[in-house]
Amino acid sequence: MTELSLPARFEGVEMIQRVRIPARLAYEFTAGVATSRFLRQVVRKRLVGERCPVCTKVYVPPRGACPTCGVATAEQVELGHTGTITSYCIVNVAFYGQAMDLPYVSALVLLDGSDLPIMHLIGEVPYDEVHMGMRVEAVWEDGDEMEPTLEAIRYFRPTGEPDADPATYGEHV
Amino acid sequence: MRDVAVVAFAQSASAQEGDRNEVEVLMPVVTEVRDQVGVTTADLDFVCSGSTDYQAGVPFSFVMTLDAIGPWPPIRESHVDMDGAWALYEAWVKIQMGAADTALVYAYGKSSPGDIRRVLSRQLDPYVTAPLWPDPDALAALQARCLLDADMATEADFASVAARSLAAAEANPHAVVAGARSVEDLLDEAYLASPLRRHDCPPVTDGAAAVILAAGDRARDLCERPAWITGIDHRIDPHQLGMRDLTAAPSVRVAAERAGVADGPVDVAELHTPYSHQELIVRRELGLADGTEVNPSGGALVANAVMAAGLVRIGEVAERISSGRAGRGVAHATSGPCLQQNLVCVLEGDRGR
Amino acid sequence: MTDDTSLRAPLVIEYPFTRTTGPVVGAFLTALREGFVVGTRASDGRVLVPPAEFDPVTNTPLTEVVEVGSEGVITSWTWVTEPVPAPQRPAGEEPPWDPSVDAQPFDRPFAWVLVRLDGADTSLLTVADVEDPAQLHTGLRVRIRWRAEREGSIRDIEAVEPVVSGEDLP
Repeated sequence: MTELSLPARFEGVEMIQRVRIPARLAYEFTAGVATSRFLRQVVRKRLVGERCPVCTKVYVPPRGACPTCGVATAEQVELGHTGTITSYCIVNVAFYGQAMDLPYVSALVLLDGSDLPIMHLIGEVPYDEVHMGMRVEAVWEDGDEMEPTLEAIRYFRPTGEPDADPATYGEHV
Repeated sequence: MRDVAVVAFAQSASAQEGDRNEVEVLMPVVTEVRDQVGVTTADLDFVCSGSTDYQAGVPFSFVMTLDAIGPWPPIRESHVDMDGAWALYEAWVKIQMGAADTALVYAYGKSSPGDIRRVLSRQLDPYVTAPLWPDPDALAALQARCLLDADMATEADFASVAARSLAAAEANPHAVVAGARSVEDLLDEAYLASPLRRHDCPPVTDGAAAVILAAGDRARDLCERPAWITGIDHRIDPHQLGMRDLTAAPSVRVAAERAGVADGPVDVAELHTPYSHQELIVRRELGLADGTEVNPSGGALVANAVMAAGLVRIGEVAERISSGRAGRGVAHATSGPCLQQNLVCVLEGDRGR
Repeated sequence: MTDDTSLRAPLVIEYPFTRTTGPVVGAFLTALREGFVVGTRASDGRVLVPPAEFDPVTNTPLTEVVEVGSEGVITSWTWVTEPVPAPQRPAGEEPPWDPSVDAQPFDRPFAWVLVRLDGADTSLLTVADVEDPAQLHTGLRVRIRWRAEREGSIRDIEAVEPVVSGEDLP
């Protein structure tokens, strides 16, 4: 690096090499029309996806567009509260702000009747028994604590049914 | 050089999209532009977009908005953290390279969810400027003052630009402010950031724009009267305001020379000048004659969807050429404080082809 | 009937960046902490304040750091009647919003100014502490008012104030 020629006033002065320049910006986040429709139903313990008019896939939570066809989803489709684990991971690492006790299981759950898995927690089962194809059901928070978020579902737990046929969820693995 | 033309253009703008998220704002605009020429995303060789995550407050938000265009089977796609006019430049280069014959270009931005004045301060030098949180209105006002001090303009000149823009806006369904007012009436208003008044500054706008580019015969197949891009160039001035002569915009002048603005008469010019005094600077640097119709849409003083407003200028000129209302036009886009970065695009109808 | 309005929620994004200054910007910020101002000399002899690390014309590294004055003249100014407000502090948030970091220098009407300090050939963006825009004009001589506790930030310059006894430059 080229040496600087500095005025004498810098003699004996510790030079700054790095500075902290934080910045904060505040927004009002807009969930959007389709996602808001979904969240308002969640408060009523209903899971309502939306269907693509072109490829007929059902998305949950809906974002307002079919992410493959690029057209608006309009038809609402009520889904069951049961689904199939298509993938999962066992979390053993703590991170800032974490609310869960370690280890816990985070999984992708393909709700029956939908074509896009949602990510959620798995409970009421030893973590080493969780597996792909396991059938699970939603465990809701108590009615008076419901907020319009997916946290209205506390977690999913096994239904005890036999595992799903891999052909029913293979596309999503 | 390949002949490349704008063959379709669509836009939306409103003062506040309080309900629709970015995907929901963008999707109807992209659908409209594709429908104008009867193509699907699969028919297009390249897709390029312009937006900034700082507006949405969501990292990599542009990845999510790809939902609006249908990116499956996998498309060739790129993004610039710049106004969509620069995305159009990238797509034009791609077509010049022979790597594509058609391209979809889109841009979107919602300014209302955050305070756009604070958001835009983040584009400034992070060590000695951004920590002061200077807002774009104040920085533009410093530039306007330089014009006054140099006797290059008066406050009445600023108001004349605003008055003409507000009157033109009455015919623009995408304007978020409109209504003819006299210069005297405007000069009676209080300063927002002296010497600028509210009407000298852009309105907060949420919106989106989309353009389809096509080369040669493909353009002629898609559009009866394509708006051919005969020249396009972009240049940049130093970022420290104090290092620049704020009464001038050398980057506009050089880009105009390179794009060939002076090679023919200019029927119409759409200038991305969010502040009224900036129209005077850009007009001078482009060397526009008195006969040129400037900002018939009302320009960025009446709708300024940040990140889309520059692309809108190109679309507005192209639309006037394709509809036969103009033969040759100039579109200008800007980015950064006080006209720091500038893009100039010359469009023509069939004349000379 | 479906409700087509959107749910909305407050969202705060924080960028807690620590930045490496490099030697030139480091010297500028160090000087501010010590209560003086430096620039760099460009290849054409001009003194650039704030300093540039590379020559704006030749792109060669600029290595001559020179001290400039704490007084100068206003080269442009604007009086803002409505400062951009700091964001609302979210209830109970820690650490709290710090106006000395997160907001414009004043929360009352004030002036932004470009100031060419004595010995410099370019202008620095800062704020002027006056009560009325009538006290301001281009060419006015001003002096830096330093913050009492300085840390090596552009905000160590609290504001510039008119030099009462000085004369304007043309």
